[in-house]
Amino acid sequence: MAIFPKFRTLAGAGVLASAALLAFACAKRPASSGLLSADAAKAVYVAPGQYDEFYAFMSGGFNGQIGVYGLPSGRRLKTIPVFSQYPENGYGYSEETKAMLNTSYGFIPWDDTHHPALSQTNGEDDGRWLFINANNTPRIARIDLTRFETEEILEIPNAGGNHGSPFVTQNSEYVVASTRFSVPVPNTDVPIAEFKKRFKGQISFIRADEPGKMRVAFQMLMPAFNYDLARAGKGQSNGWMFLSMYNTEQANSLLEVNASQNDKDFVAAVNWKAIEACAQKGVLKNVAASYQHNFTDEFTREAKSTTITSVPQFEAKQCPGAVYFMPTPKSPHGADVDPTGEFIVAGGKLASVIPVHSFPKMLKAIEDKAFEGEFEGIPVLKYEATLAGEVKNPGLGPLHTEFDGKGYAYTSFFISSEVVKWKLGTWEVVDRVPTYYSVGHLMIPGGGTMKPNAKYLVSMNKITKDRYLPTGPELTQSAQLYDISGDKMKLLLDFPTEGEPHYAQAIEAKKIKDRQVKFFKLAESKAPYITRSEKETGLSRDGRIVHVRMTAVRSHFSPDNIEGVQVGDTVLFHVTNLEQDWDVPHGFAIMGAQNGELLIMPGETRTLKWIPRKAGVYPMYCTDFCSALHQEMQGYVRVSAPGSAVALSGVTSRGPQRAAAAEGAPKQKQ
Amino acid sequence: MPKIARILVAVAALLMSAGFVLPLWRVDLIAPQYPEGLGMLIRVNTVVGVKEQDLNSINNLNHYIGMKRIEPDAIPELKYMPAILGTLVVTALLVALLGRRRVFYGWTVAFGAVLLAGLYDYWKWGYEYGHDLDVETAIIKIPDMTYQPPLIGSKQLLNFVATSWPASGGWLLVLASVLVAVAVWKCIRPDAPPAMAA
Repeated sequence: MAIFPKFRTLAGAGVLASAALLAFACAKRPASSGLLSADAAKAVYVAPGQYDEFYAFMSGGFNGQIGVYGLPSGRRLKTIPVFSQYPENGYGYSEETKAMLNTSYGFIPWDDTHHPALSQTNGEDDGRWLFINANNTPRIARIDLTRFETEEILEIPNAGGNHGSPFVTQNSEYVVASTRFSVPVPNTDVPIAEFKKRFKGQISFIRADEPGKMRVAFQMLMPAFNYDLARAGKGQSNGWMFLSMYNTEQANSLLEVNASQNDKDFVAAVNWKAIEACAQKGVLKNVAASYQHNFTDEFTREAKSTTITSVPQFEAKQCPGAVYFMPTPKSPHGADVDPTGEFIVAGGKLASVIPVHSFPKMLKAIEDKAFEGEFEGIPVLKYEATLAGEVKNPGLGPLHTEFDGKGYAYTSFFISSEVVKWKLGTWEVVDRVPTYYSVGHLMIPGGGTMKPNAKYLVSMNKITKDRYLPTGPELTQSAQLYDISGDKMKLLLDFPTEGEPHYAQAIEAKKIKDRQVKFFKLAESKAPYITRSEKETGLSRDGRIVHVRMTAVRSHFSPDNIEGVQVGDTVLFHVTNLEQDWDVPHGFAIMGAQNGELLIMPGETRTLKWIPRKAGVYPMYCTDFCSALHQEMQGYVRVSAPGSAVALSGVTSRGPQRAAAAEGAPKQKQ
Repeated sequence: MPKIARILVAVAALLMSAGFVLPLWRVDLIAPQYPEGLGMLIRVNTVVGVKEQDLNSINNLNHYIGMKRIEPDAIPELKYMPAILGTLVVTALLVALLGRRRVFYGWTVAFGAVLLAGLYDYWKWGYEYGHDLDVETAIIKIPDMTYQPPLIGSKQLLNFVATSWPASGGWLLVLASVLVAVAVWKCIRPDAPPAMAA
C-alpha cells in the first residue's frame, strides 16, 4: 500500500518528463547536423602557415577605424586608425600624425566611419587605395594599401553629416559624397522651422586619384532632403551616379513619423558627364568656404594640414540634364547597380517590394519627357516609365543589394533578419537565409563592381544577443560568412567584429599582398628630424623648447641618459628607428607624459611631446617587445628646476658605471 | 695541344669571367624567427646581402655575440680578387690561343694554386671572424663557444643554421675547373693526337 503513492508520484513525474522531452524534440531548432558543421569547418579553416584568400576591410562605425580581416577565417589582421586617435601606435598623438585629425572646427579626436570603397580601374577593384567617410564632421579619407595607413583626409564643406559616401566611379575618376542632413548653405543662424525655405542638400564630386591633391571638383546644391547611399553607374551606365534619398516630406523634426508619410521618395540619377560639360560652359562658381586638407607625404611621413578657402558650386537646376528624380518606395536607404550597369536596385526601408529601375528605360523616359512633374526645377520621371520590375514579397525592411555576376542579386533585410537571393530579369526569389541578427549591409568581394568574385558573402549585423559568450551589456557586433558559390547559400562561419562594421570591401589577397612595404628605407627618408646614425644624435635648446634627436635599435636608445631639461620645458623626443628589416618596430614612452606612446616602424622617425611639471629623474623605455634584451632598452631623463645650471647633455656610455664618477665629472661619450 | 683541349680552356675562361658579374659564394642563415631567411653573397669585389638589408641585419645580430661587423671596404681580398680573376681569364685565353702543352700545364698548376689559396683564405677569414670575439661587450657569452661559419655545408650556430655553398658564379668556376681537368686529360692521354694535327 505504501508503494502506491510513490508509484503515482513516479508515474506523474515520468509523464511530465516525457511531455517535456517531446516538446523539446518537436520544438524548432536551428539545423546543425554534424556533417554540415564538418564541411563548414573545412571551408573556413586556414591551416597554420597558410594565408586567407581575401583581405576584408570593414568599417569600424563608431570607433572611427577600419578593421582588416582575413576571409574565410574571419581572423582580424589589423586595425587601421582613420578618424580616431589610436593609442596603440600613437596615431593622432605623435607630432607627425596629429594634423591628420585637423578640421575647420579644430583638432577632433574621433569620428564615426561607415562605408569603405576600394579604388577601381575598368570597373574592377585595383587594390591601390581604400576610401572611407567620416559621418559626424564630414570628411573623406584615403588609405594607402601598400602600407595600410591613412594618408590623406579632405573635409567636405557645406555638408551636415556625410553618410551616403564614398562611392567610386568605374575608373576612380570621382569619389562621391552627399550630405546626410540638409543644412543652410552656407551654414548660418536661422530658425530651424525655416527648413524648407533655407536649408539645402548637397552632393560633392571629389577628385582623389592623385595622392596629395584630393579636392572637391564640384558641389551640386539639391533640395532639402536627407541623402543616403549611392552607387556609380558602370558599363552602359558609366557617367551616371545613382543616389537614394528619403525625407522628401522635408521634415525637420520627428522624422521617424514625419519622414515616413510619402508613399515614394526618390533615387536621383546624376549625369556627371553632363555636369562636366556644364562646368566647361562656366556653370561653376567658386563660393567662399573654409575647410581642411590633411596629407602625409610618403617620404617625410609627416602630416601637413592646409586650409582651402573656396569650393566650386552650382545649383542642380542650373545644369539641365544633370539630375533626374526616379520615384522609389519607400524611404530608400540604398541604390545599387548590377554588374552590367543596366539595373538600379533600390532598398526602401519600409517598402514591401524591391523596385528595380532600368537604365535604358530611364534614358528613353528622359528622351520622351515622361515626367510626372518636377521638384525645385528637377524633372521627376514617371515610376512606371523607368521601372524594370519589382521583387514581390521578398521580406521585411530591404536595405542593400550586391551581385554575384551570375545574374543574381542578394538583398539584406533588417526587419525579417535575412539575406534574400533573387534573379535579375525574372524578379523571383530563389533562396533566403537567416542572419543573426538583423543584417544591415552585406558584402560580396567585388559585389558592387563589374567583376564580382562570387565565392563568399558576409552579413554585418546590428544585433548580437546570444551569438557568442556574453560580455556584459555591451556586445561585439556579429558577422556571418556564407558560401554563395552554389545555387543555395550556406552558412559557414559566425565571427565577432570590432566597433560596428556598417559596410565592407574585400579584395583577393594576391592583388595586394606582394606589394606590402616591409620597412622604410632610411636613405630615402626626408623626415625633418631624422637621425640617420648614432653619431648624429644630439640635444638642442630653443628657448623653452628642447629637441632631443635620438635613435632606437636593438636593444638601446642613443642617447639614453639625458640631463639639462627643466620643469616647464616642451621636450620633443624625435626618435628614429634605425632598423632596416621586417617586423622590428620600437616603442617609446616616458613616465608621466600626458600623451600616448610612440610606435616607430623601421626607418621611421616619430616625435613625442612632453612637458615635465616636476623636477626629478624620469625613466623612459621601449614599449614594443623588440629583442631578447628588450627589457634592458631603457633610459633616464633628469629634470631640474627652471633656470638651473645643469647643462644639456645626452650620453650612452659603455662600461660599468664607476662610483668615482662624481657629479659634474665628464662622462665617456660613446 | 689538341684542338678540343684548347676549346675547353677557352670556354673555361669564358665561364670564369662570369665571376665578375655573378656571385661566387653564398652563406644562408635560417632561424625560427627568420622564416624568410637571411643571407650574404660574396662577389668578386664586395659582400652584399641576399636581400638588400640582410648584411646590415646580420651585422646587427652578430653584435650580440661580440662578432665584428662585416665591412666589405675593410676586407683587402675584395680589392685584389678582381685583378686575380682577370689575370686568370686573360692568361687562359692566351694559353688556348698559343696551344702549347707545357705552357698549359704550367698555367693549370697556377690555376689550381690560386683556387686552393682562395679557399684557404676564405677558411682563414671565417676562422678569424668566428674566433676573434669582443668578449667584453658581447651580450651573449657562452664559454668556449665560437662562431666559425662552415667552409662548405651546414652548421648550427645558436638559433641559426648557417649554410655555406658556392653561388652561381662559384658553380661556373667549378665547371671551368672541370673543363680544365678534361683538357688536361685530353692532353696527356697516350693516344692523344700530335700537337700539330687537327
